[in-house]
Amino acid sequence: MNQLKEAAIETDVVIIGAGPAGLFSVFELGLLDIKAHVIDILPRAGGQCSELYPEKPIYDIPGLPVCTGQELTDNLLKQIEPFHPTFHFNEMVETLVSLGTAEKPEFRLSTDAGKIFHAKVVFIAAGGGSFQPKKPPIPKIESYEGKSVFYAVRRMEDFRDKNVVIVGGGDSALDWTINLHPVAKSITLVHRRDQFRAAPHSVSAMQELVAAGKIDFKLGQITAVEGEDGELASAVLKGNDGVVEKLACERLMPFFGLTMKLGPVADWGLQLNENLIPVDTEKFETSHPGIFAVGDINSYPGKLKLILSGFHEVALAAQKAHRYVYPDKKLLFQYTTSSTNLQKKLGVS
Amino acid sequence: MHEEETGVMAKMSFEDAATRYGAEPGGGAPTKVKITFVDSQGQARSVEGEVGSTVMETARRNDIPEIAAECGGACACATCHVYVDEKWAEKTGKASQMEEDMLDFAFDVKPNSRLCCQITVRPELDGLVLTTPAQQG
Repeated sequence: MNQLKEAAIETDVVIIGAGPAGLFSVFELGLLDIKAHVIDILPRAGGQCSELYPEKPIYDIPGLPVCTGQELTDNLLKQIEPFHPTFHFNEMVETLVSLGTAEKPEFRLSTDAGKIFHAKVVFIAAGGGSFQPKKPPIPKIESYEGKSVFYAVRRMEDFRDKNVVIVGGGDSALDWTINLHPVAKSITLVHRRDQFRAAPHSVSAMQELVAAGKIDFKLGQITAVEGEDGELASAVLKGNDGVVEKLACERLMPFFGLTMKLGPVADWGLQLNENLIPVDTEKFETSHPGIFAVGDINSYPGKLKLILSGFHEVALAAQKAHRYVYPDKKLLFQYTTSSTNLQKKLGVS
Repeated sequence: MHEEETGVMAKMSFEDAATRYGAEPGGGAPTKVKITFVDSQGQARSVEGEVGSTVMETARRNDIPEIAAECGGACACATCHVYVDEKWAEKTGKASQMEEDMLDFAFDVKPNSRLCCQITVRPELDGLVLTTPAQQG
């Protein structure tokens, strides 16, 4: 940890969130020579667009009669290429501490992966918050989390010689059923129906393991768990046939997809209003100078949670950010259509 | 009911609909239906749903608790999960394949589970009763 702290990443701006507002922030800030590092808890760019509706058409992006969430993300990534942003995926910003003054802000951010950033300004473009695993309504499940209940596999060794129960019917559930079965003592896959959303080859691989008696498959849901000091001993299965049985269970992995939680943003000392960050509509700056909030996470009179509103907000916020990053430079308003200076930055002149 | 009364009622509801929604004269189908949401604690809330909108939108417009609808109606989040009252199961119909897939992300899924962003308000759903689960996400 100490070594990591010494190697703090110095940057003009840290953008929290790689959804459309975060990605377009890179563009608007880039035109003003402000270098960006972008941090997102998801493994890829796009935020809700790629996580919730990659294939669904969006009809209200100006100038694009129709595009899918994934197409919009891909286009934004192409559009910001000239500015070479550095992405940090699978990471969540945990702390945001102010080191500077109102006139000369400076921030120190740390992520759950141990990275430290020093930035002159911060753009919070965190949408509905961070995507986190959905936790099933099993009483006291939180007291087992991290020790014997996992929502992702970090180390396969945690599962060696254990009775493992995996719940779900998607790729995560089936992939880990298949990958962990040689390591675990036993695997029981629990799903509410006998149809699976996972890739067909995973489904057949799983079914072969069941047929060979190497793993168990149960139709139903886990309603309770038992154990001590964070270590599970058993799980209660309520079958679709109404029969209740107790399964030996030392490791439980529920895969119910992701949900959006505000997360650590709530602890950064910013003024909040119903889980949203109030901003002014001139600069989209929060109650703290140098911290901006753009896109779905901010609130102001008349706010609409539209992608196009986010785009407008980042353009205005970038203007004020420039004054913090380059206090001595005068900002000249220019158009990409006519300014050779901007075109040089875009690599098209 | 007397014939006379029926006539008056029909006229009233027609005028009502015409002023509020600009319905064409002669259109007889109601434009609003009653939908009741019963929460996990058993408290019932009855609201008016507009024909053509979704049950999820109706819930959101009326601040019904226990309907999160995180994705805004894209059938992409399973946080508008409801249980359809038995009597209404046939009229609301069955979940599509996409909806069934999304229901995998909901908790305590039962045979009468639906995602209410996928139920369109129709005149024949007047009186619909739904129960909401204690936890959406």
